Amino acid sequence: MTTGTLTAGRNRFRLPRKQIPVLATLALLLVMYGIGVSQYTAFSNVQVIFNVFIDNGFLLVVAVGMTFVILTGGIDLSVGSVVAMTAMVSAALLQDGMPAALVLVIALLIGPTLGLLMGCVIHFFEIQPFIVTLAGMFFARGMCTFISGASIPITDGFWTAMSQERIGNPRGNFVSISVLIAFVVVAIAAYVLAYTRLGRNVYAIGGNPQSALLMGLPVGRTRIAVYTISGLCSAIGGILLSFYTLSGAPLIAVGMELDVIAAVVIGGTVLTGGAGYVFGTVLGVLVLGVIQTLITFDGSLNSWWTKIVIGGLLFAFILLQRLIGIRYK
Amino acid sequence: MNDTMSRFRTMTGHRLFWPAAVLFAMLAANTIYRPGFLSIELKDGHLYGTPIDILRLSAPLILVALGMTLVISTGGIDLSVGSLCAISGAIACMYISKQPDQSSIAVVATALAMAMGVSLVLGAWNGVLVAVIGIQPIIATLILMVAGRGLAQLITEGQIITINSEPYRAIGLGHALTLPLAIFIALAAALLVAAFTRRTALGMIIESVGGNSVASRLAGIRSGRVIFLAYVISAACAAVAGFMMTANVSSADGNAAGLWVELDAILAVVIGGTSLAGGRFFLSGTIIGALIIQTLTTTVYAMDISPQTSLLFKAVVVIAVCLIQAPAFRARFTRRRRNAPPPAPVADKPKEQVPA
Repeated sequence: MTTGTLTAGRNRFRLPRKQIPVLATLALLLVMYGIGVSQYTAFSNVQVIFNVFIDNGFLLVVAVGMTFVILTGGIDLSVGSVVAMTAMVSAALLQDGMPAALVLVIALLIGPTLGLLMGCVIHFFEIQPFIVTLAGMFFARGMCTFISGASIPITDGFWTAMSQERIGNPRGNFVSISVLIAFVVVAIAAYVLAYTRLGRNVYAIGGNPQSALLMGLPVGRTRIAVYTISGLCSAIGGILLSFYTLSGAPLIAVGMELDVIAAVVIGGTVLTGGAGYVFGTVLGVLVLGVIQTLITFDGSLNSWWTKIVIGGLLFAFILLQRLIGIRYK
Repeated sequence: MNDTMSRFRTMTGHRLFWPAAVLFAMLAANTIYRPGFLSIELKDGHLYGTPIDILRLSAPLILVALGMTLVISTGGIDLSVGSLCAISGAIACMYISKQPDQSSIAVVATALAMAMGVSLVLGAWNGVLVAVIGIQPIIATLILMVAGRGLAQLITEGQIITINSEPYRAIGLGHALTLPLAIFIALAAALLVAAFTRRTALGMIIESVGGNSVASRLAGIRSGRVIFLAYVISAACAAVAGFMMTANVSSADGNAAGLWVELDAILAVVIGGTSLAGGRFFLSGTIIGALIIQTLTTTVYAMDISPQTSLLFKAVVVIAVCLIQAPAFRARFTRRRRNAPPPAPVADKPKEQVPA
């Protein structure tokens, strides 16, 4: 924020450099939405936007957690598996007849615990985050099939109520409770990053860990906290996913970590850390969601085009970050 | 006694000791669990047995991991190898399936050449992104990892392409000198890479670029070119691995071929002792790493555990091997060990000081 206003003050007519990727994502989103509206009459319905949120609420929450990790210059490959494990554990516990409140607490504890452990290993033993979270990914995915090889349906009253509850206006447009939860998570994360000590530390470590350490910032504590936050977000994402699908399946959310990383990068967060916003991540998730919606609306394009387009967008955005000279290793 | 201790310490300090010990322990555990594990028999002039199977099945992983070793050594990482396997396999199978005579050697050779050509171009794309444009390797190759899966499905039009070609099938399942052909292909690739890196200056140049690319450039090494080359080699290795994977099942599946092989390959490299931060690389360690991963998979299959649950074991092995190799972990461990004994050998303190 401070840098933004400073730069703006110095060159009044130039866009603040740090915000260009986010603005580019916003422009892209508007252009894609414009194309959709001009091509398909049904696209202008507000419900289309709401559906993007409903279908990607869990992705949004997980991406917010990933933003924290990437801002410190790390990476968390375990998110997809932790999402699946959380959904799986909730489904299995509910099937055994445990009360919903207790299941929620247990499910929400698993993710952060795993995140905390991974953070400790990364910090205390100085092993690369890539490898540690890869092991976490294997562990969580293995636990899924260990719990059950087949998908477990959820019939619990609380879960079905959360899944079917529609909050909307009389015209029939609605969002699910998951979307509201996702918004709350986004709001809290944005506040933490922008206005708290933890948020400042995250940016400082991402900018330069040595300087952060020399300045006396709690590098280790922050780094561990970041992976714990990512674990918590994955756990919340897993609960939202189980609301959405009303089941726990061992192979759900495979490869989700890639979508999440892509969303964060398209949202303008720099992978070496130190620059990026939660708002950008929201836009990144929306871009992915709108691409999927456009391809569904078209009908003639096949699902693999989604991957090719996402790859192309990733390339374009990274090139953009490179061209405007944001510090890239 | 002091002598044996120090000899033991030099042995455990050897970079291949821990990976080899893990591999040996796994084989030993398997043999205890199932006494017939190590038996090999000769049938119709071919050798059969679990050890041969492990070697044959680990061939694609060894290939991918060899290329990955060079890339990681330059301080990069190549996430796109799995997608490249899928693309190369898809192109080769697609071309063969369109020909009237699928078993003709010429057809197979053309198919392999085409697929290899495309893979080299894609490897060059990765190389340009990293070396010329200067994008962070994880992200530069993530682009092709995501988009490549889509491309492979585009080539096969979302179908599983089945072919019936003897020469192509031989790449995965053929035999030579009583052993599976795949083993020889992997071995040849390993020797080729080893010869080029260890018998010429190339290996040292790669290591110096990985250690400090700016310093290497100032010392007169064209860092960019070396990094570019590493990604092209990695793509070529991945392409051959892709041929093997598709030849094993005589079909190409854009979705499943080479899925997660990049993670296994990175693991193999790390288990083998090459640091993800770049610098020194160990080809022999990488091969042992790949064998460990395949032995683990085979073990889990043999114990009737679902392949997905095997990931649990993989997680344990990864963490164990990485912890053992992590300097921070070792320092902590040895410090504690050194701190504990002092009360006892107070008497022979002067003796202790000499070796220290």
